[in-house]
Amino acid sequence: MKITTELIAHISQLSRLSLPEGEQAAMAAQLERIVDYMDVLSRLDTGDIEPMSHVFPVRNVLRADEEQPSCDREALLANAPARDEESFLTPKSVE
Amino acid sequence: MELRQLTALELGAVIRRGEVSVAEAAQAALAAIEAEDGALNSFITVEGERALERAAQLQPGVKEAQSPLYGVPMALKDNICTKGIKTTCASKILGDFRPPYDATVVERLAAAGALGLGKLNLDEFAMGSTSETSWYGPTRNPWDPDRAPGGSSGGAAAAVAAGLSWYAVGSDTGGSIRQPAAHCGVTGIKPTYGTVSRYGLVAYASSLDQMGPVCRDAGDCAAVLDVLQGRDRRDATSLDGDYGHLLESLSGDVRGLRVGLPAECFGDGLDGQVRQAVLAAADVLKSRGAQLVELSLPALEYGVPAYYIIAAAEASSNLARFDGVKYGWRAQGYGDLSELYHKTRTQGFGLEVKRRILLGSFVLSAGYYEAYYRKALQVKAVIKGAFDEAFARCDLLLTPVAPATAPRLGESLGDPLEMYLGDVYTVPANLAGLPGLSMPCGFDRQGLPIGAQLIGPHFGEGRLLNAAYAFQQDTHYHKQTPKGGQRA
Amino acid sequence: MNWETVIGLETHVELATKSKIFCGCTTRFGGAPNTHCCPVCTGMPGALPVLNQAVLEYAVRAGVALNCHITRYSKFDRKNYFYPDLPKAYQISQLYLPIAVGGRVELSTPSGTVSVGIHELHMEEDAGKLVHDPWTDQTRADYNRCGVPLIEIVTQPDFRTADQVIAYLEQLKETLQYLGVSDCKMQEGSLRCDVNLSVRPLGSRELGTRTEMKNLNSFKAIARAIDYEARRQIELLEQGGRVVQETRRWDENKDATYAMRSKEDAQDYRYFPEPDLPPIELDEGWLARLRAAQPELAPAKRARYQADYGLPAYDCQMITSDRVLAQFFEGLVELGAPAKQAANWIMGEVLGALSARGMEPREMCLSAGTLARLIALVEEGKLNRNTAVKVFEAVFDQDGDVDAYVRAHGLEQVNDAGVVQAAVERAIQAHPQSVADFRGGKEKVFGFLVGQVMRELKGKADPKLVNTLLRQVLGGT
Repeated sequence: MKITTELIAHISQLSRLSLPEGEQAAMAAQLERIVDYMDVLSRLDTGDIEPMSHVFPVRNVLRADEEQPSCDREALLANAPARDEESFLTPKSVE
Repeated sequence: MELRQLTALELGAVIRRGEVSVAEAAQAALAAIEAEDGALNSFITVEGERALERAAQLQPGVKEAQSPLYGVPMALKDNICTKGIKTTCASKILGDFRPPYDATVVERLAAAGALGLGKLNLDEFAMGSTSETSWYGPTRNPWDPDRAPGGSSGGAAAAVAAGLSWYAVGSDTGGSIRQPAAHCGVTGIKPTYGTVSRYGLVAYASSLDQMGPVCRDAGDCAAVLDVLQGRDRRDATSLDGDYGHLLESLSGDVRGLRVGLPAECFGDGLDGQVRQAVLAAADVLKSRGAQLVELSLPALEYGVPAYYIIAAAEASSNLARFDGVKYGWRAQGYGDLSELYHKTRTQGFGLEVKRRILLGSFVLSAGYYEAYYRKALQVKAVIKGAFDEAFARCDLLLTPVAPATAPRLGESLGDPLEMYLGDVYTVPANLAGLPGLSMPCGFDRQGLPIGAQLIGPHFGEGRLLNAAYAFQQDTHYHKQTPKGGQRA
Repeated sequence: MNWETVIGLETHVELATKSKIFCGCTTRFGGAPNTHCCPVCTGMPGALPVLNQAVLEYAVRAGVALNCHITRYSKFDRKNYFYPDLPKAYQISQLYLPIAVGGRVELSTPSGTVSVGIHELHMEEDAGKLVHDPWTDQTRADYNRCGVPLIEIVTQPDFRTADQVIAYLEQLKETLQYLGVSDCKMQEGSLRCDVNLSVRPLGSRELGTRTEMKNLNSFKAIARAIDYEARRQIELLEQGGRVVQETRRWDENKDATYAMRSKEDAQDYRYFPEPDLPPIELDEGWLARLRAAQPELAPAKRARYQADYGLPAYDCQMITSDRVLAQFFEGLVELGAPAKQAANWIMGEVLGALSARGMEPREMCLSAGTLARLIALVEEGKLNRNTAVKVFEAVFDQDGDVDAYVRAHGLEQVNDAGVVQAAVERAIQAHPQSVADFRGGKEKVFGFLVGQVMRELKGKADPKLVNTLLRQVLGGT
């Protein structure tokens, strides 16, 4: 199928990626080749086979409702690129 | 005694007997890294001081040690979280990230008395087959510095092959342990999905990722896997099982073992020398009493497309959290939140990672989900069904690991689809959650190692390791070192 | 033209589990920012979710109470979108196989019964809280709320008026509180409601273009937002305009809705099955046990109280307005208190005392045993009602010992006719003018004289006896 620059723009926005102008066409061409190749799957008649998201029939893996100590806040914030004493900081994110 | 020539188990034994101290072993490795890794670039982070402190801490417990690997220095692929130690995934976007916690495997290794040397290079976020997409530069193949060590656990395979570490823990999503092991002439195993906890492995494709050992031989792999495997309450996909007996179960007896040779794995696209070496490996097993079974697995043809759809889809979601807010690197010069996201992610990820994120977003997006992602999950069911049928007829499968030996640096980057196709023999085991082992089975005319793959049914790691152990009783490929020497 | 408003609701309810949905951090409201967090709920690389079994149980309980079909094979999915309150950049939710589907609830409203379809109920994780600091122009992200378990309940577009919506939410709140699965406190955000609204010409069967309203923090805000938005859409259409499908935010101060910029981005959540969480398969036995253990809900209790105890509808409504009160009432009756007396005490003294202290019924210390003893003493004529109220006030806060208090303060009712007779006579002698007024026909003075007698006896006399003897003495002279 044709991977248009509009489609690239759409999925780039969904992925929060902005390819430089120069890279967009090459990326579109590569993805088109890859997606065309993936179309071999349509040769396989999968009918109403149940899509397999989990390879093992494991079910109901649950934990008891028990409170565990939380992490030290400093340890969680230590890696933040922008922070104050108690929070992660971002540019304006509320209306 | 040339410590670097020993296997991990041999080193563990001499440490236990008091012939070598833990510190001496650590110093030997650190000196080798210091001298040789500048050229090889298998490590991203070397934790020399920490390693020597750990050696001092371990030494008093040598006599009472339970694990045969007690005190043996090792290294971790740098997508495994280590508390307080930089964990980069070979990506610029993780910056100086120091996890506030250890991965479960790190805890298990520590409990067994492992000594960590540092963190190993890989393809960025484990996405690649050559270890060239690393933000920290490519790792080179110890057998030929102009060649790639394979990937994505290229640092792990190169370090073990070069004798810089006695063993390494890597991760395998579509062949990332097995293929570099093959290209570097070492032994590696991707265990059954769910038998090694993924807690603390930075996820690439959660339904396919699995960690495992990269070692000098099958015995070491068994010993390391005995440490790594186990049910973990923190990983809901982790399985119950009777773990911890792999090493003791190695007998070398393969009499009556039915070894399946799928025709699809020996056809077009396979290098002639690789084919010859792998078929010769089949003959070695036969000579020890195994029985060869010819079979056909046409579904394998669909492995690569199904794999890249599923892996890319999960990756696009797993890597969305890298946005410059909570950890890692943040771009400069953004006006608002949207720009912060776009600039950080565009500049922070390398090209291959961006390609897979875009591909993954595409196959999940409205209008395409059914045709691609859902279809791939159906194909996954078909492939698993095909393996189930095959394992009714044989006990394990023998195939090549890769269509050819190690590529030259740079050769694979121009054509991503070609690179993806190189994963044809390894991805089916990930899709079906099966164990897969890679062992050296020869050298091509340029002296580059060739690997053979064994695939087993679920929980079949014991069978694979025993077959590899048997093979290594009669062969010496695993004992060759890149410098022309031969290990003990 | 006459217009009809069509409304559907998406209600998010925080579940009252101890720990979060996928990790062991506390769900407690408040707390200093980022102190109820761990690698799992802050989306650290490598961290993995494990489902809290109480979340599953509570969700199924809610689904059963809303008459839903419980999905026997259910899964979690990832909903992918970028926002700083969502640290993994995906929310673990349920799209393809939600835990409960196809329910129905009947509402009684002043204008009759309304039947509302429940499209689905699913489990998901809550997001964090963002607070903007206008001084620094930075937004602070606090992840304490990340991973607090939610159920989202989606109705069919079956509402036509704000009153019906409020009636539904009140009933939903009551039901979930009865089940003990949520405290449903709107002011703390544990019950949040998004309103989907469209209008169409009356009689039309087609649905108009809808808008989704967010930031509705009280029942009052919901009612006003519905009225505003219906009017806005009708005016727009009558002027030849067109309703745009969008998310609108209710501004409490301006009493208006406006389009949210952040939601303009065409959304494509790229849902797919969550690979980190195995599916849930419900065992019929487990489900049957859960159904059997389902508590009796308010409507059933109301019907039973009317039928079994002959209580007025008003009383039943009051007592069942809170599960703890209803349990308290049942405790009183079980311990022998006459139902009507028990109801009166609850509606009067108990609710009064709670309200004076600003307390919720569940915070009350007083036991049913204590109040039952007090009621018994009144019934047996050992305490009069007014004294009993004083005793109640004295024992309420610490669940004190009624008998000990009565003894210590000598409050037992005076039933000795001789003692009362003497007090009556003393009162008459002390107030000759009042006696004369009464005899001159001023019946009102009688009450004053009763009060004087009671005062003589420190309020402990049996009022009936005082009445009788006073009349005898006054009439007989």
